[in-house]
Amino acid sequence: MEAVKKEHELIVSVSPHVRSEESVSRIMWTVNISLLPALIAGIYFFGPKAAYVTAISIISAVMSEWGVQKMTGRRSAIGDGSAVLTGLLLGMNLPATAPFYIPIIGSLVAIAVTKQLFGGLGFNVFNPALIGRAFVLITWPRAMTTWMEPTAAFVGLDAKTTATPLGLLKEEGLHKLLEVFGSKASLYTELFLGHRAGSLGETSAIALLIGAAFLLYKRYITWHIPLTFLGTVAVVAWVFGGKTPETGKFLLFAGDPILHLLSGGLILGAFFMATDYVTVPSVRAGQILFGVGCGLITMLIRLKGGYPEGVMFAILLMNCFTPIIDRNLKTKLFGKKKEKGK
Amino acid sequence: MSLATFKGGIHPPDRKELSAGSKITPAAPPDRVVIPLSQHTGAPAKAAVSIGDEVKKGQVIGAQEGFVSAAVHSSVSGKVVGIGDFPLAIGRMTTCVVIENNRQETWAELKEDPDYMSLSPEAIKEKVKAAGIVGMGGAAFPTSVKLSPPKEKPINTVILNGAECEPYLTSDYRMMLERPDEIIEGLKLLMKSLGVSRGFIGIENNKPDAVAKMKEAAKGASGIEVFALEVKYPQGAEKMLIKALTGREVPPRGLPMDVGVLVQNVGTALAVYEACRYGRPLIERVVSVTGEGIKEPKNLMVKIGTLVSHLIDECGGFKNGSSKVVSGGPMMGFAIYSLDVPVTKGTSGILVMSESEVVHAEDYEPCIRCGRCIDICPMGLMPSMLSVLSEVGHYEECKEYNLWDCFECGSCAYVCPSKRPIVQFIRLAKSMTKP
Repeated sequence: MEAVKKEHELIVSVSPHVRSEESVSRIMWTVNISLLPALIAGIYFFGPKAAYVTAISIISAVMSEWGVQKMTGRRSAIGDGSAVLTGLLLGMNLPATAPFYIPIIGSLVAIAVTKQLFGGLGFNVFNPALIGRAFVLITWPRAMTTWMEPTAAFVGLDAKTTATPLGLLKEEGLHKLLEVFGSKASLYTELFLGHRAGSLGETSAIALLIGAAFLLYKRYITWHIPLTFLGTVAVVAWVFGGKTPETGKFLLFAGDPILHLLSGGLILGAFFMATDYVTVPSVRAGQILFGVGCGLITMLIRLKGGYPEGVMFAILLMNCFTPIIDRNLKTKLFGKKKEKGK
Repeated sequence: MSLATFKGGIHPPDRKELSAGSKITPAAPPDRVVIPLSQHTGAPAKAAVSIGDEVKKGQVIGAQEGFVSAAVHSSVSGKVVGIGDFPLAIGRMTTCVVIENNRQETWAELKEDPDYMSLSPEAIKEKVKAAGIVGMGGAAFPTSVKLSPPKEKPINTVILNGAECEPYLTSDYRMMLERPDEIIEGLKLLMKSLGVSRGFIGIENNKPDAVAKMKEAAKGASGIEVFALEVKYPQGAEKMLIKALTGREVPPRGLPMDVGVLVQNVGTALAVYEACRYGRPLIERVVSVTGEGIKEPKNLMVKIGTLVSHLIDECGGFKNGSSKVVSGGPMMGFAIYSLDVPVTKGTSGILVMSESEVVHAEDYEPCIRCGRCIDICPMGLMPSMLSVLSEVGHYEECKEYNLWDCFECGSCAYVCPSKRPIVQFIRLAKSMTKP
């Protein structure tokens, strides 16, 4: 009669009765870890200030999340790693010289306004870290565009300020860039390693790519957005990004795609921000469209806009299109034939 | 070499090692059986006995009622002691005939037919119908109906489903190992009844010995081929199996016969053989009793109407603080709330989950739109959208996302990192709308 005794202890629930090990916090913490190489590279090139800015950003983001969830009576979810990720990404998108209030205000806007006011994780329309960055960029344009020269770790605490490669390219042209970096080969090498001015976590292509490769291997991200994003940037840069060296006049098919791929926040953006699940299309076809759109807007801003860099605004603008893309590019139903005439 | 399969799907741990090594043994006959008159898709059978009647094993106790229905037979000899409503594993109540077993095992008169292969297609259908055979993979659709397709939908291929893609379950596997020749004979009979010259058997490749056995048994049988399939859930879903073996896609809301295919479970083929060869009705079936929560996992030959509690005792009882009992497999099976529900023709397994195996997912999180469910949905749906729309009550809008094409395989809920009860949301939306 053990059966009868046990009867009242049976758990009843809807199938399926087994679940995978995957969880939101596992995903978020994995992405956090994948950003560590780039963060370490940033600290190496820009010194303890880089660590300081990032730490303030992360702490403010987590505190903002905790505060809003407390105030609105929602379950606290600061352990899931998503607020840490937003803070980390924002920090990595700031100059190491940013004054302390910039990461604080940036995180507050990112978490409290962009994420929590829209309903919290899963409901935000825009990438929180990027809105946070856009806000502080527009509010404190000078502090946000004062870049320090990268130095070998921890020696040049009074480092000189300088311009980013894209800034030099925009204001003075390719010849100036080559003058600063010596040759094209050394320009590419320095960009690839990250030895250049820029936001503290965006400069080292190699470190970012190591993290991205890890995420691709774990299948936490797929190639669809990053590859189409980068590919579009490369093509547009090659076709429209060129100038006749002597006259400085516009010249088709003479641009430098590698320079554009390796500079600015493109790699950080394409692999870590344009792949944010919540704010990008979830169907593959839509993701390809999203990536191409990001690439086009980035290059439009870089080549024609007032800012030297356009990755942030490109992703934010494409975030606006996510709902309509998702609505119109649905998956193909099993067994459904293609409509005639197509 | 890549194995035949479909697009999408998941790879849950198969856990078949728990019961795979256990030979099919008859379960001890219970003192009484509770036989539902409705254990198939379609109209319930009509009671053909009254309380107090003496019945023999194999005697009709429920008569087929209408075209889509199936006859029900007694699985024991004894006395009818009750007719009334009892709960089934799926949760609803249905009329059951309760028979006290006199342990005589006295058979009703059966018409044997050693020359069964010369039966006419019509005669095969009649025997299948008389035996009350239904699909034994779980859906329990009356087989005689499937054998009578409308003229405009000719069948050219019969597929036997030996995929057994549900984790844990091993009943089909053991049948293929132990009775391969009879399964092949059953397939031949199915092919003959439909005038079909091509028969495929699809088996997931985590059962290489079953593949080998079936290949051996199929040797010399013209038109019959055995295929190893990629191990991927839900490989055994009808549409996915057809896609893997023939490349054909059953149209949305369509049936296998729309692409000229009939699919039957390997167990059903065995039942067809027994019906044609020995005139035996479907009164027992193989049930895997398995899981971390049962002392001795076994594959049992069980009389229809045996209560689950009886099988639990037969397998040594619970262990590890078992806390969930599922009728069927872990992906699509039903968690039962009482152990006093009967085994039916569609019960392929009883899964006893220990406390550690149970997923407590009441605190699910919002959809983070990661798209995993979209990638793996074998039907090409967007489960994330369905779950979100259903959650906020936009049931009608779910239809724009092909709500009714979902067959609730559960792959989406399995992969969901937010642990959302997606299948639950989809069922809710279905219950609130019309197809």
